[in-house]
Order: sequence, then C-alpha cells, then structure tokens
Amino acid sequence: MDISFALTGKGYVIVAADTTAARSIVKMKVDEDKIKVLSPHLLMAFSGEPGDTVQFAEYIERNIRLYQIRNTYALRPPSAASWIRRALADSLRSRRPYSVNLLVGGYDTSTHTPHLYWVDYLGTMSEVPFAAHGYGAYFALSLLDRYHDPEASLEDGLATLRRCLDEVAKRLVVTPEKYKVKVVDKDGVREVEI
Amino acid sequence: MSRSYDRALTVFSPDGHLFQVEYALEAVRKGTCAVGVRGKDVVVLGVEKKSVLQLQDPRTVRKVAMLDDHVCLAFAGLTADGRVLIDKARIECQSHRLTVEDPVTVEYITRHIAGIQQKYTQSGGVRPFGVSTLLVGFDPNDTRPRLYQTEPGGIYSEWKANAIGRSSKTVREFLEKNHKDEMSREETIKLAVKSLLEVVQTGAKNIEITVMESYAKITTLDLAQIEAIVAEIEREKEAEAERKRSRLAATAAGQAAMSQAATGSGQ
Repeated sequence: MDISFALTGKGYVIVAADTTAARSIVKMKVDEDKIKVLSPHLLMAFSGEPGDTVQFAEYIERNIRLYQIRNTYALRPPSAASWIRRALADSLRSRRPYSVNLLVGGYDTSTHTPHLYWVDYLGTMSEVPFAAHGYGAYFALSLLDRYHDPEASLEDGLATLRRCLDEVAKRLVVTPEKYKVKVVDKDGVREVEI
Repeated sequence: MSRSYDRALTVFSPDGHLFQVEYALEAVRKGTCAVGVRGKDVVVLGVEKKSVLQLQDPRTVRKVAMLDDHVCLAFAGLTADGRVLIDKARIECQSHRLTVEDPVTVEYITRHIAGIQQKYTQSGGVRPFGVSTLLVGFDPNDTRPRLYQTEPGGIYSEWKANAIGRSSKTVREFLEKNHKDEMSREETIKLAVKSLLEVVQTGAKNIEITVMESYAKITTLDLAQIEAIVAEIEREKEAEAERKRSRLAATAAGQAAMSQAATGSGQ
C-alpha cells in the first residue's frame, strides 16, 4: 500500500512518501519515515515488504556511509544508484531476496545536476525525470506527463507534487492521510511541509 | 639461544617473552611520533608527519584517520598495518550502528581494535600488527573527551595525555611535567604542539594537529595556524631564556660585588 513519488526540477529533486505503516487492513502507525538520507546529497524512498524495506535501507545507509568515511567523499548519485541496484540484483538471486522498491534521488555536487532513479525489487533501474511506486503511480504518472517541467522552480515542483497527492486522495479507495516530503539540492537535504 | 623462539609463530620463550610482540613494539618505537592530549572539553591529536617528497601528493600521506563521526585514530609504526587496522575499525563502527542503532563508544572501538591486535599474537601463520594507536573522541550523549591507547600485544588503556612512536618516552615525560587538568582549547593545542616540538626538529611543516571539540566536531589545523602556535612557543621560550640570562647576570654581579666587599674588608 506504500505510495511514493519523486520528481526533478531546476537543481533539485523532490522525494515524497506516505507515512502509514499498515498490517493487513489495520493502520499501525501514521508517522513512519520511509525516506532515508544516505549522504549529504542523497535520498532514498523505499517501499515494499515490511521488514525487508527497513532492513535493506539500513544496510544501504551504513554501506554508503562506510564508503564516505573510507574515501572522504561520498558516492555521487549515479554511482550510488548503480551500487544499490546491484545490491538488489544480487539479493534477487539469493535464497531469500529482498522485495523492496526504491526511488533514489540525489544532487551531484560536481556537475551541479539533480538525478533521479527508479529502482524495483527485480533490480530494474532507470534514470527518469519523475517517478512513482505503489498505487499512486496509476494516478500520478499521467499528471506528471502533463505537468512536469524539468526547469521548474521548487515552488512549481511542489505544486505539481501537490496535484499528484490530491489526485490520489480523490480517486484511490484507501488513501494515506499524510506524506513526508524531502528535497535535495545544492545545499543538501531538507524536509518540507506540504 | 632465543633463535628457535622468534620465528614465524608467536611462541613463548622459556623466560616468558613473546619475541614477535616485542619486535612489534620495536617497530612502533621506530615509527613517527603521535601525541594525544585531553583538555577540559576538548581532545587533541598531534602527529609527526614525514616530509613529503617533492613530487609526492601530500593528501595521500595521512596519519590521522576518522573512524566514525566522533572517533579519530592516529598510529605509530608500520603504515600498512595501520591501514588494515583502520579499515577493520571503520567497518566495525558502521556494523555497530547497523546492529544496535547507536554509534560506538570510544572505549568499545578501542577494545575492538585491541582485540584484533591480541588475536594476531595468538593465531597461527600470522604476525602481530606493528602499530600502537591513539584513539580520541566523544561518547554519544556525553561531553567528556576520551583518549585511549592500544599496543601490538592487545593492551589498551585510557590516558589524560600520552605519546607513542619515536622518542615517545621523552614526550611522555614532557607531558607528565606540563599536563594540567581542565585545560582550555588553546592550552591543549599548545601543549600538544609543544610536546611534539621536543622531538620534531623541523617545526610546523612536519606537524599535523586534529582537534575534537565535542561530539562529531572535528577540525584539522592548517599549516598557517600551526606555524602561528609554533612561533608563539618560540617567543615564550626566548623570553624565558632572556629572563634566565638576566637573572644569571644579576646573581653573578651580586656575587662579584660580595667577593669584592669581602676582599676589601680583608685588607
């Protein structure tokens, strides 16, 4: 039931994810953070099998941090995304694969470009201007096709995201009440209210 | 006689020595000097840097390593061995966070490193690490600075101030004489530089200073800052010498006057 969105704009990536933790038909928690800050300029929204998600996200978080401590510099978004995809692909071919879907968004401080990657539990990865996972994708992608602008300001980007969330709220049978939204740009990661 | 006990394996000699471990300590004594000094709410690591060759990239020759946000390590001895130990420690820091969701305490990671070093004195086919380490840092949710030392045998201990490596005895004695509790940031840095200057003849350009002021607040002083501190220490030394000279001259003059008076009254 997890829903996550992400879109790029002029020098930033917005990543949003709902905050409900549910078991069967019961909401257990409505303030779960499903977006990990992997490094000063890298975000990862994760969804999928409960348990797998957190386990995998923490594993990735610690390894990205270890890389940064070893090499002084953090992995840039394209390299980080490739490494994360590889971790999922290896897991898929193990005895008990993780079923986790990801949106990896980051800002490359050397080329000054935002990057967004859509990754699923099969180890599929593609770099995209906007992306969604979960039931939200059925409603939001057409909206994003229509309204997404890679040169949009942060305000316009957040407005586009707002449209997606509103559409989900209007049409989806079981709709999450709250979303957490994080932005990554040249100044790093921050949370924004929406 | 000792020949058969100091081969590849660490085996006791009849008089209870582990020669390989003692040789490792010797390797440490040949390594460049490193000092750690604890102040009131600051802890300073100072290391003697080997001069970088003309065409070498100085960024690749580092003697102080960050293990985690809040722990730094300096070592003396075989650089290659130190590197391996640092890598093991860094992995443990992240692994600890992953398993218990908390950063390591400085004592925990010190004990882990000492544990690795000990293992290499009691397993077959390996030799001990030729490094001693100094670890500095702050525990999570604590304001007390920490300073620990490990040795090749696997001994670890906590200190107010300590030195390892070349001429560490001289430096330690200097620290014993000059260390005070509750030192400020500036005093602590100065003591670290001063103690290193006891063994580093070449001055500021061969000294590297890392300061940790609170949890995860680490700064490395640049050359200009160290030069300023060295210059200040030199000035103080000069002033001290000047005072001594004038005092000596005064006593000499006093003695001369007295002896003159004595001979005068004798006549």
